[in-house]
Amino acid sequence: MATVQDIQIPDPATRTAAALEDLQDMQGEKMVLNMGPSHPATHGVLRIVLELDGEMITKAEPDVGFLHRGDEKIAENMTYTQFIPYTDRLDYLAPLANNVAYALAVEKLLGIHDQLPPRCQYIRVMCAELARISSHLLGLGAFAMDMGAVTVFLLTFTEREKIYNLCESLTGARFTTTYTRIGGLSRDLPPGWADQCRKFLEEVVHNIDESETLLTRNRIWVDRIRDLAVISKADAISYGLSGPNLRGSGVEYDLRKAKPYLCYRDLEFDIPVGSTGDCYDRYLVRIEEMRQSVRILHQCLDRIPGGADNRSKEPINVADGKVVLPSKQKVLSSMEELIHQFMLVTEGVNCPPGEIYFGHENPKGELGFYIHSKGGGTPYRMKIRSPSFVNLSIIPKIFPGCMMSDSVAILGSLDFVMGECDR
Amino acid sequence: MSNLDSAQSLKAKFGDLISGPSEFRGEITLSVADAERMAEVCAFAKSNLGFDYLVDLSSLDHYGEDPRWTVVYELRNLSTNAELRLKTDVSEEKSELPSVLGVWATANWHEREIYDMMGLRFKGHPDLRRILMWEGYPYHPLRKDFPLAGKPTNVPEVAFTEITPMEGGPFVTLPSSGDAVSREPRVRTPEE
Amino acid sequence: MQTQSEIGYNSKIEGDVIITRVDAALAWFQKNSVWPMPMGLACCGIELMAVGASRFDISRFGSEVMRFSPRQSDCMIVAGTVTYKMAGFVKRIYDQMPSPKWVIAMGACASTGGMYRSYAVLQGVDKIIPVDVYVAGCPPRPEAVLDALMKIQEQIGREPILSKLNLVAKLTGAPTP
Repeated sequence: MATVQDIQIPDPATRTAAALEDLQDMQGEKMVLNMGPSHPATHGVLRIVLELDGEMITKAEPDVGFLHRGDEKIAENMTYTQFIPYTDRLDYLAPLANNVAYALAVEKLLGIHDQLPPRCQYIRVMCAELARISSHLLGLGAFAMDMGAVTVFLLTFTEREKIYNLCESLTGARFTTTYTRIGGLSRDLPPGWADQCRKFLEEVVHNIDESETLLTRNRIWVDRIRDLAVISKADAISYGLSGPNLRGSGVEYDLRKAKPYLCYRDLEFDIPVGSTGDCYDRYLVRIEEMRQSVRILHQCLDRIPGGADNRSKEPINVADGKVVLPSKQKVLSSMEELIHQFMLVTEGVNCPPGEIYFGHENPKGELGFYIHSKGGGTPYRMKIRSPSFVNLSIIPKIFPGCMMSDSVAILGSLDFVMGECDR
Repeated sequence: MSNLDSAQSLKAKFGDLISGPSEFRGEITLSVADAERMAEVCAFAKSNLGFDYLVDLSSLDHYGEDPRWTVVYELRNLSTNAELRLKTDVSEEKSELPSVLGVWATANWHEREIYDMMGLRFKGHPDLRRILMWEGYPYHPLRKDFPLAGKPTNVPEVAFTEITPMEGGPFVTLPSSGDAVSREPRVRTPEE
Repeated sequence: MQTQSEIGYNSKIEGDVIITRVDAALAWFQKNSVWPMPMGLACCGIELMAVGASRFDISRFGSEVMRFSPRQSDCMIVAGTVTYKMAGFVKRIYDQMPSPKWVIAMGACASTGGMYRSYAVLQGVDKIIPVDVYVAGCPPRPEAVLDALMKIQEQIGREPILSKLNLVAKLTGAPTP
């Protein structure tokens, strides 16, 4: 009978240092490999130039910009409302969240961000959390599929199709929703939407459980991504990471709790924080965030002012004719509303001169809009601070020392999207 | 420390170099008069005032004014949630300022993007090359005198870029106080 | 379901045998196994993934595997905005595909540049590669993509494959015209 011994697992810092020591012994001739822009479609068009020593990566240089469409320059030529469809296509996995972020940014510039009617705030929170679930589901599915676990991809896509159904009945489009407007929303919840949403929430929890059963304690999964690409706390802060990447490294910072906007102050939810900063932690953080989003959605559905079908006719738009389009009957009969409609459509919302920055907790991280306005309906300069752009800059730091086949795992755990990175 | 306190202590340390603070919608903005000392100011903000997180680094083009460029730094203190904005002006002849890569590592890609889009150079940046457009693109697209439709250039492998057919768009109304004819939605040249 | 007039078939007499032309048979094989090369660049790429997922199953049309290798695929689906920086790579991958090959331009951005009229976007992928089917939409519904695939299948069904291959000449050793 052999003696039972505890498996000694030193802490990640020691393990990484030991691995680097091994790396020093293996120096040989280097090979340059191009991990080209034509990837399996999930992560989009990212090119990484890898320098390999056998199987070990010694240098990695990402090359972004293959999806640079010139959004910021387009924004200088459009009114604020005309730019909303472009925000959908930034992080195209969670378009509702981008819409909410942009609308909040312009409303902060106008100074009406604290005057939004409560029903509008609750609906926007529901949109943002649905988008969070959708984005994390796809991130999880793509991550697992790239590692070989194709079943998880099909499971998560089934749930995403249900979210697409919800989005379609709410906004008219499966994704690329363009739902929020400056000062409110484009339309109210359709009848029966809340019941559909509740039914979906029950099913998605089962689906997340099933994916977790397949992955979380799976020996292959854990062996592949545990202690991989450890990002220390100091590195995460210095490189400007945000979202689950930052929280996976142990920094407890979430914009919904740190700088609450909309009605997040009244909602109860927790922030999952990792301890090690490896890929496994980031994966666990995303799973738990999905569960917390389900919790938030339940609270919103229970507490929404006016009830799900808005019997008491709560407003969803700010009651300011200079910001929100007035109702069509008034436009066709009364002079003042006609003028407002004309000015809003041709010139856009008249914003005061000044500059603001507003950061929103997107599923990928912090999506920020820096708007510099010189008055009028078009911004003078709009800078989009995209989380994926900043998250990708850490690749030259964490890739070296990993094996060739780990690169896919690291990219999956960082969960970026190129539409946002390149704008 | 609240936002205003941090701003005041920065002003106390650097004296005349810093003007402000101005406040708009709850955000404090400070202007740094000399762009050359920006790295120093940022290092002080990080080490003494705890602004360990650079949220955003953007640039503005005031076409037709002097100084032409403004670089905007958004700083944040993760533990106390204080936020601060630092702005500095750079003239067109110079078009250069020191890099803050030593203070925050995230500035690396932000500065490359500003170089790519606006043409501002950063001294002390180890690898200042284009990031969003391809190597060898001759223009800086986000400048106000560069048209949205683009200019014909050479692209490796494809061998051309053409001017985008704008068909007269985008149609934007100017909010000036002129009459309706001058303000009407039509194509605008950069001078307007 | 189009009726093939080339098929003379009477099950009572022939049993499980179909009489048809070689062209029709080859076309039938080819069109029911179109393997796509997904060039998923942007948001349309996500709709392409949805087409491949279980609700709008593309494998029931024969496109069982989405080969990311151009050498093993028949049809390139350009899904998303093609920028000038990416255009060279799209062309290079198209050149690597062995003929016969077809291209579906999925979405507004791939067809004409879409709503991105800017300095960095190629206004339509048909400026660099020949496109067979354009699908409108931003993004197009998965049913529209499947409809485009069916149109490609119809087009393959009409192609005179045998004469293209000069197969008869090669088999009989006759001099090629």
